[in-house]
Amino acid sequence: MTLSRPSSRPLVTVALLVAVALSVLTTGCSKPSGTGTATTPSIELLNVSYDPTRELYKDINTAFAKHYLAEHGTEVSIKQSHAASGSQSRAVIDGLEADVVTLATWPDVEAIAKSGLVKTDWQHRFDNGSIPYHSVVVFVVRKGNPKGIADWPDLDRDGIEIITPNPKTSGNGKYSFLAAWGSVLAAGGSADDARGFVERLYRRTPVLDTGARAATATFSQKGIGDVHLTFENEAHLEVDESKGALEIVYPKRSVRVDPPVAVVDGNVDRKSTRHAAEAYLGFLYSPEGKAIVAKHHYRPWTADAKGPPAGFPEIETFDITFAAGSWDDAMKNLFGEGGEFDKIYQPSGASN
Amino acid sequence: MNKNPPTSIPTRRARQRTVLPGFGLSAAITSLMIVGLVVIPLAVLILRAASLGPAGFLAAAWTPRARAAYAVSLGASLAAAIISSLLGLLVAWVLVRLEFPGRRILDALVDVPLALPTAVAGLVYSTLYVEKGWLGQILVPVGIKGAYSRLGIVLVLVFVSLPFAIRVVQPVIESLDKDTEEAARLLGASKAQTFLRVVLPGILPAVVTGFALALARALGEYGSVVFISGNMPFKTEIAPVLIVSRLEEFAYAEATAIAVVLLGMSLSMLIVVNVLQQRLARNAQ
Repeated sequence: MTLSRPSSRPLVTVALLVAVALSVLTTGCSKPSGTGTATTPSIELLNVSYDPTRELYKDINTAFAKHYLAEHGTEVSIKQSHAASGSQSRAVIDGLEADVVTLATWPDVEAIAKSGLVKTDWQHRFDNGSIPYHSVVVFVVRKGNPKGIADWPDLDRDGIEIITPNPKTSGNGKYSFLAAWGSVLAAGGSADDARGFVERLYRRTPVLDTGARAATATFSQKGIGDVHLTFENEAHLEVDESKGALEIVYPKRSVRVDPPVAVVDGNVDRKSTRHAAEAYLGFLYSPEGKAIVAKHHYRPWTADAKGPPAGFPEIETFDITFAAGSWDDAMKNLFGEGGEFDKIYQPSGASN
Repeated sequence: MNKNPPTSIPTRRARQRTVLPGFGLSAAITSLMIVGLVVIPLAVLILRAASLGPAGFLAAAWTPRARAAYAVSLGASLAAAIISSLLGLLVAWVLVRLEFPGRRILDALVDVPLALPTAVAGLVYSTLYVEKGWLGQILVPVGIKGAYSRLGIVLVLVFVSLPFAIRVVQPVIESLDKDTEEAARLLGASKAQTFLRVVLPGILPAVVTGFALALARALGEYGSVVFISGNMPFKTEIAPVLIVSRLEEFAYAEATAIAVVLLGMSLSMLIVVNVLQQRLARNAQ
């Protein structure tokens, strides 16, 4: 069909689209009442999350639904929404009816709290500051580690190209920046040393992808760069996917990646789903939940744990507070307009 | 038009009424749609940006980095729109005037870029043109960098804007009277003369409209460009990337300020092109 001949086709198309939309809507609406038997009450939760957790929560949801039905006799079906963490946060603020949020960074949940939808004490609702699992920033290198990259100082060598997404648009990128910055401080360097190191790193970053998965594609599919900085859980997916072409290197120390979770108070109270929503996030701390979390290469949190969880290599970690003071400071001084990251890039004959 | 006898006006009005039944209702729905879908969102955009005040607006939207990004956006979009309209004219001509096997398939393929998520296009293009990609293996050694360069941005922008350039010109070529061309040839005009003096004036307004649509489409494109440009500040960073950066900081007003500049650029280009197009259309008559 071309746009050139005006005919009755557009009308037919519109009519068809409307019909399809209507049928989808009606089946969508009739489903909840159709699936539950008359005796089993059923509720629906919406978990608004970020991109890399898709596979993790698919497994968590199945296990939790079984658990909740056995425990409380209520059927729960959990809907998922995945996109970049920052835009998910804005979507919830703007009215996406999330029951729980499981986002990448503290500022993304804090922004929802500032809007009033999440109570300001959200960090004290669950153990470990509402962080049920964490990850670390690690290196992914080509098979056999041809450039001999073992730790952060190796990234400072001439000719080593680094792949990491833009910290201004990506949570993964922010953590990689903080990892590089903090690695210098942790080794006894000054803020100036850190600034110099990070600047040299980004000068040898040939591409600034806007998101984590795009950076993964740049490194693994397009074969650009010598080392890819990313979360441990993402690194495992990337290496598994590469069928032996890539491998993980653990630096001596790295930043701890702390993705927080929260119940969206404003929404659960209106929808009367608080009990299930809290149980859902609490499930992440249960032995069964932890096993699933670990299976997806996130490090589950355990009270009074010494050393890494079983199956995870030892790595010295520092947190945001150490690397940048606080998230607010990091957002302003490092990633904000005119901050440390922006200062790396100056107008320079702007040619290609 | 002015020479029409006044008596002809009532009959024309009467005919219009029968052609468009329920004029009041249609007009109401149309204006409601335009207000709801275009005017209100744009008004909100401008109000948000205006909340910064003049100094704040300039500080957000007129930094050296933002200016560099506008230049990249505008330059690449102009280049892409020029290529698209020339290529679009050629493709439309071939599709209308030439009969060859597979013509209908080709015709259907033209719309594919409209249906494909543009991020997919960006990813595919960059994978092809990087040093180790299928095309990059051949092109990079001879100095053609089709990925992570401004050339790459132009490539994907041509991809996303080409359908507009083709589909606008196509019906006009279809409606061209072949007899006029034959008459011109019979009267002794050369092939070139026939094309330049007889064919081109008729389709040029449509080509210009296609150019405008392609340009507007290219200026706002984000999904495909971010995968192929490399997003290097001052080099290949486009303005929409800056908007997303500011949104990540929850700096809505600053983000909309950049959007307003982009919108202003887009609108003024469209106005210029519209004036040009009207002049051409008048000359063609």
